[in-house]
Amino acid sequence: MKVFVDEDRCCGAGSCVLVAPDVFDQRDEDGVVVLLEDRPADHLHAAVREAAGVCPAAAITLDGTA
Amino acid sequence: MTTTPDTSEVPHYPMARAQGCPFDPPPELRKLQEEGPLTRVRLWDGTTPWLVTRYADQRAVLGDKRVSADMTHPTYPRQAPGNASLSFIGMDDPEHSRLRRMVGSAFMVKRVEAMRPAVQKIVDDAVDALLAGPRPVDLVEAFALPVPSLVICDLLDVPYADHDFFQGNSKAMVNRDSTVEERTAASGALAEYLGRLVARKIENPGDDLLSRLGEKVKAGELTHRGATEMAVLLLIAGHETTANMIALSTLALLRDPDQLALLRDTDDPSVAVTATDELLRYLNITHGGRRRVALEDLEVAGQLVKAGEGLILPNDIANRDTEVFTDPDTIDVTREARHHLAFGFGVHQCLGQPLARLELQIVYRTLYRRIPELRLAADFEDIPFKHDGFVYGVYSLPVTW
Repeated sequence: MKVFVDEDRCCGAGSCVLVAPDVFDQRDEDGVVVLLEDRPADHLHAAVREAAGVCPAAAITLDGTA
Repeated sequence: MTTTPDTSEVPHYPMARAQGCPFDPPPELRKLQEEGPLTRVRLWDGTTPWLVTRYADQRAVLGDKRVSADMTHPTYPRQAPGNASLSFIGMDDPEHSRLRRMVGSAFMVKRVEAMRPAVQKIVDDAVDALLAGPRPVDLVEAFALPVPSLVICDLLDVPYADHDFFQGNSKAMVNRDSTVEERTAASGALAEYLGRLVARKIENPGDDLLSRLGEKVKAGELTHRGATEMAVLLLIAGHETTANMIALSTLALLRDPDQLALLRDTDDPSVAVTATDELLRYLNITHGGRRRVALEDLEVAGQLVKAGEGLILPNDIANRDTEVFTDPDTIDVTREARHHLAFGFGVHQCLGQPLARLELQIVYRTLYRRIPELRLAADFEDIPFKHDGFVYGVYSLPVTW
């Protein structure tokens, strides 16, 4: 799985950080998403998929099904 | 709206809840959800925007760049007369995003998490005061309103001593039955008050959110008026919604003793986390429907929505969509319900949601454990619900133990 984030789309709601804190963070100045792991370990995939699903701004996209 | 062939059969919105079912969406709204994806409804001003009832369709519309949240748009489906300015809530990108990001850092997950000990202390002190005070007591006045008010005052550095003033004006702003004059007077009073505080912070800044807005004014990135509007939004949104959620969810739990026991008696902290989202899903608090206007022709679930037409998206009914939630009319505090729409969806989704979640989790972990005998001190039928509010809840909640 490869994770992409679109900082321009991000609205800083923080849902991704709540769901997958090992993969997503927020930058200090404005709360916009920071990607910590663009190829997260297998055990994080379910959480990353949920994070992409709950992102209100469709700022997280996933590539690959592994 | 001009394209209205026959309005005689168009149902009015908002609709009334069923007698004796204050936690459930209006039956007419359920019927419309079952019947079809979109229907026209009639508003207080006679306009007939589209009502979108299903979860998937609401998410699609709220995430669509072709719809606008601009409250000054001539055909925006307004909740009530008047032109209350709610800062970036009523704007589109890029200006919406520019303003929202100015305050984004204060609400990000790690900052909010760092507030946990301070919020826990506020809740502990409030429970101490309850236990030391008279019984029965109104839980709204004695607990549900002070807790989030103290938290947001702390964040903004607004003196809590002024709480009668800002709570009173906030109440007038969110009451659907307030006259235009009353609402304008209330928002004017709050703007004047917060404008003065921002001016003081520009001269003498501290480590708080009003000071950050002051910095932006000083740097020429924000007008003083813009900063004031944002401060009004943060103060109202910061206490009114959470206060109503605390009181209404406590009432719902007192009516569902098995779920209350599950939440109260567990040592597993994850139950307070799931319970928070489940109670948000079930109760919603904002029942007036998200409002948008189409900027271009677009199709929603097969229905053409023309440019300029209004859209209403009530999250209370979307959160009971059986396509998404199994047995949606039941509270299950262990349900994974994080994808609910109580905070809205799209780029306008509630900025303060990490703080709201933190406050609710701490309340749920603390109040019922420390007062396990908590019970209603009035007949359920006599509890006054806010059927007239933009924010739903109860006016008072007499409890004892």
